[in-house]
Order: sequence, then structure tokens, then C-alpha cells
Amino acid sequence: MTKKGKTLSGIYIALMMLFLYLPIFVLIVFSFNSTKGYSWNGFSLQWYKDLFSNELILSSLVNTLIVAAAASVVSTILGTGAALGVFSMKNKAAKNAIKNVTYLPMLSPEIVMGISLMLLFSFAHLSGGFASLIIAHVSFCVPTVFLSVLPKLRQINKNMYEAALDLGCNPQRAFFKVIVPEIMPGIITGFLMAFTYSLDDFVVSYFTAGNVQTLSITIYSMVKKRVSPEINALSTIMFVLVLLVLLVVNVRSIKAERAREKKMMRL
Amino acid sequence: MKKIFAILLCAVLLASVPVSLFAQDTAGDTDPYAFDEEYYSKFKGQGIKLYVYNWGEYIADGTEGSEDVIKIFEELTGIDVEYTTFDTNEALYSKLQSGSAYYDVIIPSDYMISRMIDKDMLEKLDFSNIPNFEKYVSDTFKSDVEYDPTLEYSVPYTWGTVGIIYNTKYVTKTVDSWDILWDEDYAGKILMFDNSRDAFAIALEKLGYSVNTENEEEINEAAELLKEQKPLVQAYVMDQIFDKMEEENAWVAPYYAGDFITMHEQNENLAFCFPKEGSNFFVDAMCIPKGCKNKEAAEMFINFMCEPKISAENCGATGYSTPIDAARNLMDPELAASEYAYPSEDIISRTEKFVNLSDETNKLLDDLWISISVGGLSVGFWIAVAAVVVAIIIVCIVVMNRKKKRENIRNTV
Repeated sequence: MTKKGKTLSGIYIALMMLFLYLPIFVLIVFSFNSTKGYSWNGFSLQWYKDLFSNELILSSLVNTLIVAAAASVVSTILGTGAALGVFSMKNKAAKNAIKNVTYLPMLSPEIVMGISLMLLFSFAHLSGGFASLIIAHVSFCVPTVFLSVLPKLRQINKNMYEAALDLGCNPQRAFFKVIVPEIMPGIITGFLMAFTYSLDDFVVSYFTAGNVQTLSITIYSMVKKRVSPEINALSTIMFVLVLLVLLVVNVRSIKAERAREKKMMRL
Repeated sequence: MKKIFAILLCAVLLASVPVSLFAQDTAGDTDPYAFDEEYYSKFKGQGIKLYVYNWGEYIADGTEGSEDVIKIFEELTGIDVEYTTFDTNEALYSKLQSGSAYYDVIIPSDYMISRMIDKDMLEKLDFSNIPNFEKYVSDTFKSDVEYDPTLEYSVPYTWGTVGIIYNTKYVTKTVDSWDILWDEDYAGKILMFDNSRDAFAIALEKLGYSVNTENEEEINEAAELLKEQKPLVQAYVMDQIFDKMEEENAWVAPYYAGDFITMHEQNENLAFCFPKEGSNFFVDAMCIPKGCKNKEAAEMFINFMCEPKISAENCGATGYSTPIDAARNLMDPELAASEYAYPSEDIISRTEKFVNLSDETNKLLDDLWISISVGGLSVGFWIAVAAVVVAIIIVCIVVMNRKKKRENIRNTV
């Protein structure tokens, strides 16, 4: 690349980063503001202190985390199973039909999902609560797991599974020793995607939550008054936590890569 | 990742260890507003849970130096409160209608209460369980209550009025009427309510009609007036009003008096005016929906919210006005004496309360409101349609070209 091209691409990347992270940066800065509103009036940790004494926000956070954890675990199990089943189907037409049906919840607008689930639950006399909320979240989380596991299955060398059987594994053991480790990256990606989808879902939760209030609904209910800066403080904490997790994961994978390179060099 | 969330959860639990100095204050026997311990201990140890549904940010919750009112109630009575929040009366209504959620105590506004009474969605209250209603609630709320004419279904929580908030630095004309919201000199600096009922109320008041009119001609006239105003309006907003007014991005806006008091603390240049044509007087009141399983405990909660100390805390935190006369003696004297929170009899006599309208009128208002707030975007709408059509044509051409190319390749092969 020429020098000019390099500076241009540098500027482009800088602009993209600014565009993506400026809003978050503003949010973080104003979580340390000493007054409400968006004019700077001095540094303070008041909103962090208030956040930890605001039971409504904290209980909504706990609800959100419970739902996200339950929904992502359940949908990871269901989604992985579905991907395995669909992958080993022999009938091509049926396979494609099932695949397309699985995409539908992802493609259909969330509002349609939300209202149809609400109608279903009231039709089934299932009063709103954790159960309905988790079922609703599972229903839109399963496709994400399904979609991230399926490509991994295609990459597997079929001979490996057969080799495991030849070497004396029973099918169950061969599955857990060969197939699962091979598709693990797909399962983990699917799990994380499902977790984040569930975490920030608003529309579906709004229609199916019943008495349980998630974080997004709590924030939305503040629209008539002003959204409190405690939300900024909470978002900052969540952002920093996710950043830390990403850093740890990346540093570890870089280290692992280097170790592998060294091994290869020695060989 | 899970571990970190676990740590976060632990931190959350530790931080929510109860700290209440309030309970001790009530120990003195000379305190005329002490809680009746005997009455409140009725349900102790029974593991009762109450589901309370209130507006967002509408209670003293322990932040910014206020007391956590819910926690005081839980400690006093041993009743567990599951407190959740809603954003509009309509959201509350549809949630109750769909039957997807259960609540013991709800706090809708006046017109929604009358609608719910009409639809038989509310329980009649047993006022012998709510002694504080008789004892403390101001006489204003004991007669001529349009939304609950028989006074059987509701106990007021807070009230307030709508008026004009303006910035004295930029608005130099005398502000005494809704006309200022139609003043071309302030074009682009005017904000307006983003909900049909409040927006139409302003236009109807300006025209001198009742805010509860069912007359189609009058409503159409008001719609015309709102359409006329649209080019001057910077934005139709609710909560953004706080920032826009405090940062002086906008100069004139109609909003609730209680919120003006909050804004005025941030920007001294802001002023408030009750327009001479009159304005809206609203009441948010506590009710018990049909199907409540712990009615007596719910009535205890309502009674507790009428305790002067508790009402003073709530109104101190929200800026809205208390219906409990005695609470005014207990709150910040400046707020208690505020002419905005507690306007004179003369001003109140010019206000009007919302009552429920017929379904047809509600639908007419909604349809007109959509045509006003969205209608002006027709140019944008057609541009969007054109863009979609162009995109489809381009996709078609690309697909056709590819097909041709493939065929060409096949033919050459």
C-alpha cells in the first residue's frame, strides 16, 4: 500500500471508531457528572452511589441477568441439538424446509414476535412472569445458536468420527470426544450471541414480561420524566466489564497462539 | 464471563443492605404524624406480597438524599412489595386488558381511572381500611371529582397543572396565553407535547372549548390549529424537554408544573406561566384492579402513601404537588410555598380535569394526531418509497445481468 493509501485508511478507521465509540464515551463521561442533564458541572461519583441504593434498577438488572442466563443456556442446548439433527437429515427438501423455518424468528420483525407470543400466552392462560419471559427469549435465541453451530458441523471431517468408532469408542463417547470439541467454538459463539440478544431485548420483553421487569423496560418507563444518570453509571459498569472480558479472552488467545508458534519453531 | 457476573451480583446484593434512619425518627411519642404501628402490623409474618405498578421515576426511592419509601413500608408492615413501573396510561391499560400481568395497586391518571371504572376494571375501596383518606386528604379531592364521581374507587397520589415553561433570556414578550406557542418570532424554538390528549387540550383551551369535548367540529378546528403550529415546532417531545429547556436549545414549551420546579433548579432563567385561557389539572390516583387477591393489604399500602411524612418525601423527590394538606408542613418550606406547585384558587378555578372520552372520540383524536405529527413528513415518505423502488430495480438489473453472463459463459463452454 502506498503512503497516501495508508494515511487515508488510517483516517477512515479513526472516523469509524469515533462514530462507534463517541456515544459510549459521552455516556461514560456524563455518568461522572455532578448534576442531571447534559452540561458538565464537575466530577462526582454520586450516580454510582445512587445506583447501588436504587432497588428498582438493581432488581431489574438481576431479573435481566437471570432471564439472559436461563434463556441462553436452554437455547444453546436446544439450538445445538437442532443443528445436529438437521445436519444428519437425509431428505434434502425437508432439511431445507426446517432450516428456513428456523430462520423465520430472526427475520420476522420483533414486534410480530412480541405480540404473537403475548397472544399465545394469554390464550394458554400462562400469566406473565419469568416462565413466559424465558420461553419468549428462548424462541428468538435458538436460531442464533443454530446458525452458528451448523457451519461448524459442515467443517468437520466425517472420517474422524468413524475413526473414533473404529478405535473402540461407542457412539456416545465418540460424539462427546470428537464432535463436541470440534463444534465447541460454534457453541460458544452461539451462547454469547444468545446471551447478548436476550440481555438487550426490549420489544419482546415488553409484551411478555407480565410482572417481571427487565432493565430495558425500567429505562423505557422513565421517558415521561428524565432518564436518570444512574442508568449511565450502570451502562458504564456493564461496558467496562464486557471490555475486560474481551481483553482477557484476546490476551489469552494471543498467548496461546505464540506458544503454538514456538512449539512449531522447535519442531 | 459468568464468574464476573456472579461477582457483580454479589456486589449488588451487598450494596442493597437496608439503611433507614427514617424508622427511628418516628419513635418519639409527641410526633403527631407517627405511623399507627398497631394498624400496620396486621399482616406481619404472613409472607404477603403486593404488586405495585406506578409511573417511572415517580416515588422517593432512596436516591439523591430521599428516603426509600417502599423499604420503610416493608419494614413497618412485613409485607413484601414488588414495585414495577410503566410509561403511559395506555400501556398500563393494555397490560391490564391483556391479562398478562397481575397487580394489587396501580396509579393511573384521572381520565384513565374513569375509563377503567366504565369498563368495570376496578375494585371498590373499603375506606374503613384507609383511615388516612378522611384524616389527611385535602377537601379539594373529596367533592366534584369528575373522574371518580362516587368517590369509591380511587385515592389521590399526586396532582399538578400544565402550564407554559419559557426562558426569560430569549422570550421578551409577556407570556400569559397559549398564543406564545403559535408565535412566529420563536419559530424553531417551540416544543410541544408528544401525546394526543395533552396536545389537543392546549389547542382546545386556546379556542375556548372544553378539553373533554366530544364535538367533532371543535376537535377538527383544534386539529387545524395544531397543523398550523407544526412548522414552528422544533420537536414533539416528552422527557427530552428537560435537557432542551435547561440547555436553552428551546425557549418555550408546555409541560407539568412539577417538572418545571425540577428544571428551574438547573436553569434560573426559566419561568412558568398559567395561561389565561386555563389549563389542565391532572390527578394521579391509587386504585385496586379487579381480581386483587390481597385487597386489605393493598388498602394498607394506599393508606401508607397518604401518611403526611411519606407523601412529603414523594412530592419532595418528584416535584409534583401533594393532595395531603399536612404533608406541606413537613416538606422543604420553599417547595411547600411554591406558587407553581400550589397555585391560587383563582388559577385552579380556570383549570379543567380530563375525563374519559367515548371510544369514537378517542379514535378520532388518535387519527388526527397521527396525521398531524406524521403527516408533515409526506415528502420524506415519498422519498423513502422512491428509494425502495430504485433499490428493487437495481437489484433486478444486477440479477438479470448475472444470469445473462452465466448463460454467455455456458454458451461459450
